[in-house]
Amino acid sequence: MNGQLFLLPPQGSAYAGRVDVLFWTMTAATGAVAGAIFVLLILFCSRYRRRSGPERVMSATAVGRSRNRPLEITWITLPLLVFLAFFFWAAWLYDHQQTPPAGAAEIYVVARQWMWKLEHPDGRREIDELHLPRGQPVRLVMTSQDVIHSFYVPELRIKQDVLPGRFTVLWFTPARSGVYHLYCAEYCGTSHSRMHGRIVVMEPQDYARWLGGGGNGGTLAQQGAAKLRTLGCSGCHSPGATIRAPSLDNLYGRTIPLADGSFVTVDEHYLRDSILLPSKQIAAGYADNMPSFAGQVSEQDLLELVEYVKSRAGSNTP
Amino acid sequence: MSNTDSYLGAGLRLRDWLTTTDHKRIAILYAMGITAFFFVGGAAATLIRLSLITPQGDLVSAETYNKLFTVHGVVMVWFFLIPSIPATLGNFLIPMMIGAHDVAFPRLNLLSWYLYMGGALFTVADLIIGGVDTGWTFYTPLSTMFSNTAVVAAVAGVFVVGFSSILTGLNFIVTVHRRRAPGMGWFRLPLFVWALYGTSLILVLATPVLAMTLVLLAAERLFGIGIFDPALGGDPLLFQHLFWFYSHPAVYIMILPAMGVVSEVIACFARKPVFGYRMMAYAIIGIASVSFLVWGHHMFVSGQSMYAGMVFSFLSYLVAVPSAIKVFNWTATLFRGSISFEAPMLYALGFIGLFMLGGLTGLYLAALALDVNLTDTYFVVAHFHYIMVGGSVMAYFAGIHFWWPKITGRMYPESWARLAAIAIFIGFNLTFFPQYLLGMEGMPRRYWEYDPQFQVLNVLSSAGAAILAGGYLLPALYLSWSLRYGPRAAANPWQATGLEWQTPSPPPEGNFPTTPRVVRDPYDYTPGNRDEAGAAMHPQAGP
Repeated sequence: MNGQLFLLPPQGSAYAGRVDVLFWTMTAATGAVAGAIFVLLILFCSRYRRRSGPERVMSATAVGRSRNRPLEITWITLPLLVFLAFFFWAAWLYDHQQTPPAGAAEIYVVARQWMWKLEHPDGRREIDELHLPRGQPVRLVMTSQDVIHSFYVPELRIKQDVLPGRFTVLWFTPARSGVYHLYCAEYCGTSHSRMHGRIVVMEPQDYARWLGGGGNGGTLAQQGAAKLRTLGCSGCHSPGATIRAPSLDNLYGRTIPLADGSFVTVDEHYLRDSILLPSKQIAAGYADNMPSFAGQVSEQDLLELVEYVKSRAGSNTP
Repeated sequence: MSNTDSYLGAGLRLRDWLTTTDHKRIAILYAMGITAFFFVGGAAATLIRLSLITPQGDLVSAETYNKLFTVHGVVMVWFFLIPSIPATLGNFLIPMMIGAHDVAFPRLNLLSWYLYMGGALFTVADLIIGGVDTGWTFYTPLSTMFSNTAVVAAVAGVFVVGFSSILTGLNFIVTVHRRRAPGMGWFRLPLFVWALYGTSLILVLATPVLAMTLVLLAAERLFGIGIFDPALGGDPLLFQHLFWFYSHPAVYIMILPAMGVVSEVIACFARKPVFGYRMMAYAIIGIASVSFLVWGHHMFVSGQSMYAGMVFSFLSYLVAVPSAIKVFNWTATLFRGSISFEAPMLYALGFIGLFMLGGLTGLYLAALALDVNLTDTYFVVAHFHYIMVGGSVMAYFAGIHFWWPKITGRMYPESWARLAAIAIFIGFNLTFFPQYLLGMEGMPRRYWEYDPQFQVLNVLSSAGAAILAGGYLLPALYLSWSLRYGPRAAANPWQATGLEWQTPSPPPEGNFPTTPRVVRDPYDYTPGNRDEAGAAMHPQAGP
């Protein structure tokens, strides 16, 4: 960014700071090794360069120096130990980066050639721009309508591919108000380089003011409830229905038994699969008679339906 | 030595060349093919770097830019780098180094060349006339359902070239097993042969997976069979797993032969055996084996499971150990040597430096949390160019200069060659080091337009590319010149060990009048022994 030609971008989160500590530690370690090798190369090349006159006869000891077991074992073991340390450090950070905390605000991301559609739980939608309050953990639930894209924010040091046909998740806690870059990092066709946007992190009170402005068509869950009726889901998935189907109330987040004897935790992936590929995992005690809604529901419909089921978690009666 | 007794003099008509089964002539045929494709790929790179001088992509349209980087990737990977050292130097030298008269299957060797030329010409024609905008990685479902370009024709040519790789690998494996001269035990093999042996294992075992993957891709694109596109019930990550199962080992197809060349050159110009010869051989086989188990490190942000990511990260660190050993051992080989700095040695020393920088930045990309930030940025572009161009291409040039007297019977002009080596080293670093910094700052790869804050580094990189291009043109000129005007070469101008140097320059058909008997270990640079072997002759100038 401005003036920081040779440095990493400003840190947008505490996590970004932790990644940078690892980055610079690795730079110090690899720099030391590279420096040592360069010094040795230059030293050997100048000290042992062939001089004019009779060729230096190599003594038997010099030939013997073409093998040195202890030395070889040392420079196998030492790098291995250093590598292991870096492996664990980086894997520990990765684990952290892959595990969203409970209570994170959820944003739905739908990517397509060549734009980002971002939706807040209250139904507010944005294109190529995402407003967030500072300090609030955010969990992005992302999918693509066409090819693979990748959600990349250099200031947060994070990136996650966005795939068609499934949800991927990315989370972060913006720690600094300001504007961050959003890039598509996975090549996605002609205008890949124009598929960028920005993340506007605001002070909480500014964010509240921003939220207040502009109306919308109800929360995602409310829109999902309407879809439930128009798509005919409620014909089976409601208490008075003639066809027996699992209730959608108090379902999200539970671990339920399946007909094949295994168990599954009801999350976004399971709900999505159940709508598009209903025969894949049948809840125990129910018939495999739900038709697939693949081709009838859009990514948008899916988000709203999933959000509706989530909103019913913890309720017992409709 | 007059040319008429050599392999070059045995039949001068075009037909004699196109129907030859002499491994040395086939090597020359390959060299002409890969040189032509190198300049095709280089032309695409030149246009890319020119376009990137301004942030708005003024030179070419986005469509053209995307087609250009596809040409560059496909041509450089499959039609230059993969066949580069194996098919030219490997073909020429493996039989000579092990004391054989030819490879095990000479006619199959010629078939390999026809498959290579046929497939490569077809794909290059498709890429230039029609154009393909998927990148060399052909990621689905972009390549199968969304790209409107001639993808199937491009992968068809690559599919055919794959068979050339498989047959060449097979030929080399059988040759090394069955055609070694008496006395040439496994631990008397030059490291170049060890490296090509490891490379051949990868060629034979990994290339079929690429072939299958490309067939599946074509099946989905042509017939709508759902394999990779989720809209048809497929899985896009399956493509990436299959593609990288080939394409990661393919990186070692490009770098192992380079390591082989550098081992030969450094031993010769330091006049010392390669330090830790056995460990070097084990390291080659170790790299070749573990290379099959690290493909998932290309997919840390793809949506593969977190635990898969951890396993692949761990294995990627393991494969880095033998590479580190090799750098240490080359450095140790110089210790107490008697070093001279002819052009091959300059290229080889350049290789060590650039390969080391490429390898060390690989450690960043193997580290999960760092890769999440750096992958798909210019950091990755810089990293693999340090390995493939700084590593493989530098070593290819080291090898071409080192064995030029043997192959052509002529000496190249030494000062021009040194100048080119230095120009390439400087131009390379100027081109690609700024790209590390671009990646750190967050510039994604495959961007036709970019944010203005990235312009300074992009201009630096393009300026370096101009020097690099000049550096690559120089050898094309002076090496061509030397074919006609270069001083005739002695049999062993570098006083090198190795059976290939015990033949005249250029060698006769059949290489050795009788099958040689090997009595010494490789790299026996003890002066007394060298004379005894009849292999030490001083460079001669003039005809």
